[in-house]
Amino acid sequence: MGDILRLVAKRLGLGLGILLIISAIIFFMVELLPGDIAQAVLGQGATPENLAALRKEMGLDQPALVRYFDWLTNAVMFDFGNSIVTGESVVNTISARFANTLFLAAYAAVIAVPISIVLGVLVALLRNSIFDRVVNVLTLTSISSPEFFLGYILILYLAVKTGMFPAISSLSNDMNLGDLLHRTFLPALTLVLVVTAHMMRMTRAAIINLLASPYIEMARLKGTPPWKVIVKHALPNAWAPIINVVALNLAYLITGVVLVEVVFVYPGIGQALVDAVSKRDFPVVQACCLIFAATFILLNLAADVGAILTNPRLRHPK
Amino acid sequence: MKKNKDQVLMDRLADAARAGTISRRSFMHYAAAAGVTASAATGLWGTSAKAAPKRGGTLRVAQHDGNTSDQHDPGKYQSNFEIGYGHTVRAYLTMINADGTLGPDVAKEWSATPDAKEWTFVLDERATFHNGNKVTAADVLASINHHRGDDATSAAKSLLGDVVEIVDNGDHSITFKLAGPNADLPWLMTDYHLTVLPAKADGTADWQSGIGCGPYKVAELEFGVGGRFVRHEDWHGEGAWFDEVEVLVINDPNARQTALVTGDVDTASLLENKTLMLLARDPNIEVDNISSAQAITMPMHCDVAPFDNPDVRMALKLSINRQELVDKITFGAATIGNDFHHSPAMPYFPEAIPQREYDPEKAKSLLKKAGAEGLTVNLSTADSITTGAVDAAILYSEHAKAAGINIKVVREPNDGYWSDVWLVKPWCMVTWGARPTPDVMYSLAYKSDAAWNESHWQNERFNELLLQGKAELDNAKRMEIYHEMGMLARDDGGTVIPYFPNFVYARRSNVKHTGSLSPAWQMDGYRYASRWWFEG
Repeated sequence: MGDILRLVAKRLGLGLGILLIISAIIFFMVELLPGDIAQAVLGQGATPENLAALRKEMGLDQPALVRYFDWLTNAVMFDFGNSIVTGESVVNTISARFANTLFLAAYAAVIAVPISIVLGVLVALLRNSIFDRVVNVLTLTSISSPEFFLGYILILYLAVKTGMFPAISSLSNDMNLGDLLHRTFLPALTLVLVVTAHMMRMTRAAIINLLASPYIEMARLKGTPPWKVIVKHALPNAWAPIINVVALNLAYLITGVVLVEVVFVYPGIGQALVDAVSKRDFPVVQACCLIFAATFILLNLAADVGAILTNPRLRHPK
Repeated sequence: MKKNKDQVLMDRLADAARAGTISRRSFMHYAAAAGVTASAATGLWGTSAKAAPKRGGTLRVAQHDGNTSDQHDPGKYQSNFEIGYGHTVRAYLTMINADGTLGPDVAKEWSATPDAKEWTFVLDERATFHNGNKVTAADVLASINHHRGDDATSAAKSLLGDVVEIVDNGDHSITFKLAGPNADLPWLMTDYHLTVLPAKADGTADWQSGIGCGPYKVAELEFGVGGRFVRHEDWHGEGAWFDEVEVLVINDPNARQTALVTGDVDTASLLENKTLMLLARDPNIEVDNISSAQAITMPMHCDVAPFDNPDVRMALKLSINRQELVDKITFGAATIGNDFHHSPAMPYFPEAIPQREYDPEKAKSLLKKAGAEGLTVNLSTADSITTGAVDAAILYSEHAKAAGINIKVVREPNDGYWSDVWLVKPWCMVTWGARPTPDVMYSLAYKSDAAWNESHWQNERFNELLLQGKAELDNAKRMEIYHEMGMLARDDGGTVIPYFPNFVYARRSNVKHTGSLSPAWQMDGYRYASRWWFEG
């Protein structure tokens, strides 16, 4: 157990270093974007004097390096500053949006992860059957379609034609959980369709890979039924790659859903990031990107720890 | 539509319907006698007879162009959500009425000195902020001064460039003192930046709190997501029939239209032209297609060959079939242009100017006269100018072939179009946002020394008239001036104006309005919240 704690501590330390590098890269990428924030805020009618006045008000008359280190010293003390454009605190601007994104990601994951793993086991069991083919074709079709297109298809059949679910997933404060789940079902289903194929195929491949091993042969020879061979003997050894793919897809659910947000009018963090980039609002861009980076780092760490915990050889190294 | 219908009779019929002194059957009967078709009469009955607005209900609005970076400072208003917010929660000194005329808002009346250099606005004593305070002259003073001064960051600063001083007269009125005459100042006060804000103790305007004196006050607001607004019972104006207005930011046009079709919202701004016909077939949906002062222009540099020859310019103006562009490029969601930058949606529109027709034969003979037969010219355009911009240029080039003109369409990259092509290439395609008056538009882009004189057009008489019109307080005389300026720009100017894009939006059929809609912005000049109502 002590090894795992040491590993977690080491990886978290490395993660902080990575975040620092990422923050510098993001800052200079935003700097490199063509166009001028003051011009973007004031539009066509702006005069040179009021552009200069606005730049001064936003602190843009300082050199880029000074602005970056100002931001960094505050960020180290967990003060992410204020949006350049609106003057609102960054934490206020994005915390509610990030919570919405987490909710949608969790909703989709709760449906998608069990379905993919169960489907993966089933198709491994019934491999090369009609069932296997059909499931593969369907999931590969859904992962190959652009997600906004899947969204439109679902809207057409489940919202416009049958009226079973609302076409837009705008939220309000007085919703109870049931309303919330009903309203956000279509975006969640879209995400489920997008991520299922990857996890299902990895489960299938990992299990089938193991089925050629001698110990599976042994289990079969002693007369274990096929489903038991897979669930009891193959699956435990297949967890490591499956957990990795699940973690990757969870990270995608949090960071890559801006198109789904737009199609379903869901107030998540992706749209906030796009708005901030178009206005060159550096503190907000920075905060969103660091959240995304931290999500990847933490989920990868979780995947590695999970892989160790499910593997006795790694749990008890000689 | 038939031109021979009897307008006087129709007006009387509409009045009678409104007063309830006429039945539907007689209305239809007399309307037919007045030369109105049955379907048009049904529509008229709907808009007139039920024109007694009803209070109540929550209007749910799908609004395009809202961003997380939207904010409360009116000097930085830019997105459509912010402009809609300005007209719902805040108020202005004056407003553009549904019929396109100028009407009172926080200022109940206004007058100018005969030289049009001093304007006095008398404030409505009923105007009240959402926190219960009365609107005072000091508040208005602080609000306007927010956009003036050396360190002002407001985008409306240049609009108020002529204002030298604003004085509180102490009798609930304020006076603007101008450097030069400007007969249009009350029109300029409708600009969406110039909202009335409460003054702070130090005399600056309080825009941070979001308190306004408009028809609705904020109940919930999250920029980039939407807002919920409830009626301000002490509002000084007439209307505000809805109990609540819920604005939802839906940036995806498809999602807006779907939400409207499924009834998740009651009205949606900015529709896609290509799906208009499909949407209009839905019996539950009414589409509003309103002339605007936005414009598509194609300025030729009048000091560069071959455009320095007025006959060549005229030949190019005669070689475009404007109606076909309106029909095929905008799917009917535009108003035909006439080569002078004064849309029918602007005040003082000179109706008597004849429409320029497509006449390739005449163009051919003009080119012969100019010795420029078989003319070849480049027309620069880019996709980002307007939907179908490149297609429009190609269609124009096909039209011009009949006149023996070879227009080569140059497709420029979207990035950098406004710095590398506009004002640089001798002939290009341009999109213009709406401006409130012809004077603002002409001063900005047609005055001989304007920085944005995109066609490099120099016409002494036009510039003389421009100054005259700006100082003229007599509306009849101004109409004459703008007629003559329109004729000059149309016949001598260097700009081909194919069309003025319309504002297109839609509502569920239980949402009603008076039948006339302000051309200032989308959604009844963004005053839908106070002007529309639910059918009983």
